[in-house]
Amino acid sequence: MSNAPVDNSRRRFLTIATSVVGGVGAAGAAVPFIASWNPSERAKSAGAPVEVDISKLEPGQLVRVEWRGKPVWVVYRTPAMLDEMKKHEGNLRDPNSDEPQQLDFAKNYHRSTRPEIFIAVGICTHLGCSPSFFNGGFGEKIEGTEHGFFCPCHGSKFDMAGRVFQGVPAPLNLEVPPYTFIDDTTILIGEVGGVA
Amino acid sequence: MTAKVDKPGAFGAVLNWIDDRIPMTRVWNMHIAQYPAPKNFNFWYLFGSLAILVLVNQILTGIWLTMNYVPSGEGAFASIEYIMRDVEYGWLLRYLHSTGASAFFIVVYLHMFRGMIYGSYQKPRELLWVFGMLIFLALMAEAFMGYLLPWGQMSFWGAQVIISLFGAIPVIGDDLTLWIRGDYVISGATLNRFFALHVIALPLVLVILVFLHIVALHEVGSNNPDGIDIKRKKGSVAEEDKSKFKFHEYYTSKKDIVDAIPFHPYYTVKDILGVVGFLILFCWVVFFVPEMNGFFLEAPNFEAANPLKTPEHIFPVWYFTPYYAILRAIPDKLLGVIAMGVSIAVLALLPWLDRCKVRSIRYRSGIHKLNIAQFVVTFFILGWAGATPQTVTSTILSQICTVTYFMFFVLLFVYSKNENTKPLPTRLTK
Repeated sequence: MSNAPVDNSRRRFLTIATSVVGGVGAAGAAVPFIASWNPSERAKSAGAPVEVDISKLEPGQLVRVEWRGKPVWVVYRTPAMLDEMKKHEGNLRDPNSDEPQQLDFAKNYHRSTRPEIFIAVGICTHLGCSPSFFNGGFGEKIEGTEHGFFCPCHGSKFDMAGRVFQGVPAPLNLEVPPYTFIDDTTILIGEVGGVA
Repeated sequence: MTAKVDKPGAFGAVLNWIDDRIPMTRVWNMHIAQYPAPKNFNFWYLFGSLAILVLVNQILTGIWLTMNYVPSGEGAFASIEYIMRDVEYGWLLRYLHSTGASAFFIVVYLHMFRGMIYGSYQKPRELLWVFGMLIFLALMAEAFMGYLLPWGQMSFWGAQVIISLFGAIPVIGDDLTLWIRGDYVISGATLNRFFALHVIALPLVLVILVFLHIVALHEVGSNNPDGIDIKRKKGSVAEEDKSKFKFHEYYTSKKDIVDAIPFHPYYTVKDILGVVGFLILFCWVVFFVPEMNGFFLEAPNFEAANPLKTPEHIFPVWYFTPYYAILRAIPDKLLGVIAMGVSIAVLALLPWLDRCKVRSIRYRSGIHKLNIAQFVVTFFILGWAGATPQTVTSTILSQICTVTYFMFFVLLFVYSKNENTKPLPTRLTK
C-alpha cells in the first residue's frame, strides 16, 4: 500500500469522513422506524377519564372498570377490613406509601380520599397480571389478615389498601390512579382536580 | 481447483451450461457429495437435520396460515376459529404449525444436549456454538411472538408478563415496555407488530443464522462421539490410513483425512431414517393429541383475550418453563429477570467455561458425568416447577434447582482445568 501512487492520509480522511456522515445518515434514517413503535395518537387519545357510579356498591364488594385498557378496581371496604390494615403494617414493604405509586391525596394508610372506598389499578407491580380479590380466606396466606389480593402468576400479596407484603416478587404497592368524587356516588377516574 | 470436466450427454450439457454461470456442481460436491463427515455419527446426530425439517414445516404451514389469519385485536381470535372450523384442512395446517413449534424446541434441546455431551462447542467450534445460541434466541423470540397471535387468554397474559420483564430495567424500563407494546396495555397495536416480526423479520433472521451456522460447521468440520479430530496435519497420515473416499480438494488440500465418509449418500440416507422416525411421532401428536394435554396448546387459550381478567394459573408453554421457574424462584423483580437472562446467556459461554482439552463425555471424568446428569435432572425439575401453580414446595424446589443450574457452570469451570480424563484413542472407535 505504501508504494501505491496514492495519498494515504487523504484517503484515510475521506474514508473516515464518509463513514461518519454515512453513520449519521443511518442513525437519522432509523428514527422513523423506531418512533413508529410509540403509541399512536389514537391510542393516546383513548386514555380519556371514565365515570363510575358506586350507588349500588355493597360493603365488601369489588367492581372492575376499564380505564386506558387497564382494569381499575373500586372496592367498598368494611370496617373489619380497615381495622385489619393497621395490624400488619410491620409486615409491609412500604406501609406509608413513600414510593410514588399514588398522588398526594392517597398518601395515607388507607391510600384513598374516603377510607371506605379504595380505588387502584388492578395490575400487579411485578409482571402485570391482575391479582385476585380474597374477600375472606386470605388468612392462609398472611396469618391474621382475612382479606387481601393475591397474584396468581407469581404469588405476590397485597393488603386491602393495595400495599405489598414483604417476601414476594412485586416491588411496589399497587398504583392508585388519579380520581375525583364528582358527587357522593359518582367517581371520575383519570382526573384529579383537572390534573389527568 | 481442478480443471473442469465436461459432463457428457444432453443432461450434462445443461449442467455444463449452468456450471459456467453459477458454481452449482462445485457447491454440491463441496458441501454434500464430497463433504467429509466422521464415520461414527450416532442417534444424537439426527437432530440438526430434523431441525431444518421442522423449520421448513414452520415456514410452509406459516405462510398458509397467514392466508386466512386476521392480525387485529378484533379479528384474530375469530380468524383462528375460522381456520379450525371452516377452512379446508385449516385444522391440519394449524396443528402442524403449533405442534411444529414444540417439536422445534424438542429437537433443538436434543441438538444442544448432543453438543454438551460430546464437547462440540470446544475449540475450534466456538463460533459455531455461538451462532447456534443466536438461533436459539431468535427461536425463543419467534415462539413467544407467535403465541400472542391466537389472541387467547394465555396469549394475552403470557405476553403481558414477558413484556413486563423489560419494565424491571432501571430508569428506562417503563418507557421501554410502552414502546414495545405501542399502547398502555397489550392491544391490537402490539398484536400487529408481533405478527410482522413473527412472519417476516424473525424468520429472515433465523434463515440467515441457520445458513451461517452451516457455513461455520463446514469450515471447521463436524465433531463426533469420540471428540477427536478426523482432519490431521498434512503429511502426518500414511497413505493406507487415509480415508479411501473421494473428498473435495478444498478439504484434502489442507489436511489429511481419516475415518470419514461422504455426507451424501451415507448421512443423507441415515437422516432420512431419522426423518421417518420423527414423522411417525410428529404425526401421532398432530392427529391424536395436538394439545398434548395442555402442554402444546393451553386450555385458557381457547378463551378470547380479556384484559380485565387474569387466568387463575398462568404459565408459559413447556419450552420456556425452566427459565420461568428461575424467574419465579427469586423474590425480587430485577434480580429474577437478571437470573433468567443469565441462565440463557451462560450457555453461550460454554466454550470458554469448559477448559478441558478432552471433548467427549466418553473420555471425561466421573465428576463431569455426574455434573451433566445433575444438570439434566435440574432442567427437568425446573421445567416441571415452571408449569405448576406456585406453592411453597415448588418455590423451594425451584430455588434449589436455580442454584444447581448455575452450579453446573461454576463446577465445570473449576474442575475442567485439571480434569482426570481417560486416554484418547488415536482413531475413531465405533
